[in-house]
Amino acid sequence: MTAPSPIVEFKSVTKSYGDGPLVLDGIDFTAESGEFISLIGPSGCGKSTLLRLIADLSPISSGSLNIAGNTPESKATELAFVFQEPTLLPWQTVANNVELPQKLRHVSPPERATSRDRALQLVHLSDRGDAYPRQLSGGQKMRVSIARSLTLDPKILLLDEPFGALDEMTREHLNEELLEIREQQGWTAFFVTHSVAEAVFLSDRIVIMSANPGKIAHEVVVDLPRPRTSDTRLSRPYQNLVAQVSDLLRSVEESKS
Amino acid sequence: MRRALTTILLPAATGAAMIAIWYAIRHGLSEDFKFLLPTPGEIIESLDDNWSILGRAVFNTSQGALLGFGLAILVSSLLALFMSLSSLVRIALYPYLMILQMTPIIIFAPILILWVGPGLQSVVIITFLICFFPLVVNTTQGLISADRNLVELFKMYRASRWQEIRLLRIPSALPYFFTGLRIAAVLAPIGALVGDYTAGSSAGNGGGLGFQAIIYSSQAKYPALFATAAVTCILGFVFVAVVLCMSWFALHKWHDSYQRTDT
Repeated sequence: MTAPSPIVEFKSVTKSYGDGPLVLDGIDFTAESGEFISLIGPSGCGKSTLLRLIADLSPISSGSLNIAGNTPESKATELAFVFQEPTLLPWQTVANNVELPQKLRHVSPPERATSRDRALQLVHLSDRGDAYPRQLSGGQKMRVSIARSLTLDPKILLLDEPFGALDEMTREHLNEELLEIREQQGWTAFFVTHSVAEAVFLSDRIVIMSANPGKIAHEVVVDLPRPRTSDTRLSRPYQNLVAQVSDLLRSVEESKS
Repeated sequence: MRRALTTILLPAATGAAMIAIWYAIRHGLSEDFKFLLPTPGEIIESLDDNWSILGRAVFNTSQGALLGFGLAILVSSLLALFMSLSSLVRIALYPYLMILQMTPIIIFAPILILWVGPGLQSVVIITFLICFFPLVVNTTQGLISADRNLVELFKMYRASRWQEIRLLRIPSALPYFFTGLRIAAVLAPIGALVGDYTAGSSAGNGGGLGFQAIIYSSQAKYPALFATAAVTCILGFVFVAVVLCMSWFALHKWHDSYQRTDT
């Protein structure tokens, strides 16, 4: 094991859109390489904005944001973003959708096929490569979306409420699958969610945010042993953590109103 | 199966009823006025008698319609791509597209004859003008309506502008493009007919359906005039059928408008 090193570092970051009010204020935060971090908080707390800043989809307004390996001149670290919606090209097959990021980088077809097959295998969809998105269930579409994000071997995976639209059973199942894939790949994850249970199950650390403007209110370290399975959800420490995070979240939401 | 039978039998029954009414009206007309409404039988007979002339007219009109339609597809697609690049371009151009659409062809035709002379070239330009607007408006709308999340995805993966247009914007625009194409396919034969009527010429290859309609009406050959109308309808149907087939091939695998309910 190498010593953990920071991969994402926020220093007094603020963010506002145009002349609008502050969306994020005084964000100081460091993520170690390989950490699984969940962001949770009331709506409007800027947790999705935080992801967009890391993804460089939007610039920070002040402060500094360092991402390992990236200098202002070169954005070298591979980032992958999994949206709330599966966001697939409906006119392409599952296989072509998964190949898209590499196709955009002009990777050769044989190399693309190898990454695509491996990614589809990870999400248990090897036999659906020829299907079109509309032929898949909601959970399957989300799996394709995750497979696509894995093809570039990302160092950082940003997930914006990826399972929010799915039913409880599918969601729990996909949580377990996501952790299995992580065991094999070891990316750093930022996971936005509204579900405390999901956040506790997945994370090494939970960041609880408050709104108006978005600030980091609390951080909770989740020291449950890994690998985590469906049995983890039955354990006492898990349930205690869910209760603790729920209380903190409630206090944040109450202090707001 | 029952559904298929219904979709064939029901329109056939409507058609039979309309022909029956047709004959009834004709039967009610006094002998002096029967020429006003030829029977379907007379129209088909006249079609047979005049086929050498009408066949050539159909060919000429189809040629004008196809060339004008094709030109409209090409130019509207290129202009739509250009307009999709920036809202400023759209704001700058849109009023003039509207004016182009509002200019009455009937008034424009004599000017066109003055500029390029009567005949095929005028017919092509008039067809082009009639087809152009629905195509450019729909295609532009399609190009700028790509899913916002997909646009961000492409941005995230640092896709080039050209990759974004080719792999995202153009496929997203296809359903809109085909909507425009369907409207334009109905308009193209009518456009060619109007073009031929207002700016056609018998010079060279002998004029099209519009030109022929003028001749038949001046000769009071009413069954032949009805036959000309029938042939124009059929030509329109062919245009629409071809476009519907193209649309099916391009979209049926993925687009919701072709979604089967059994999956």
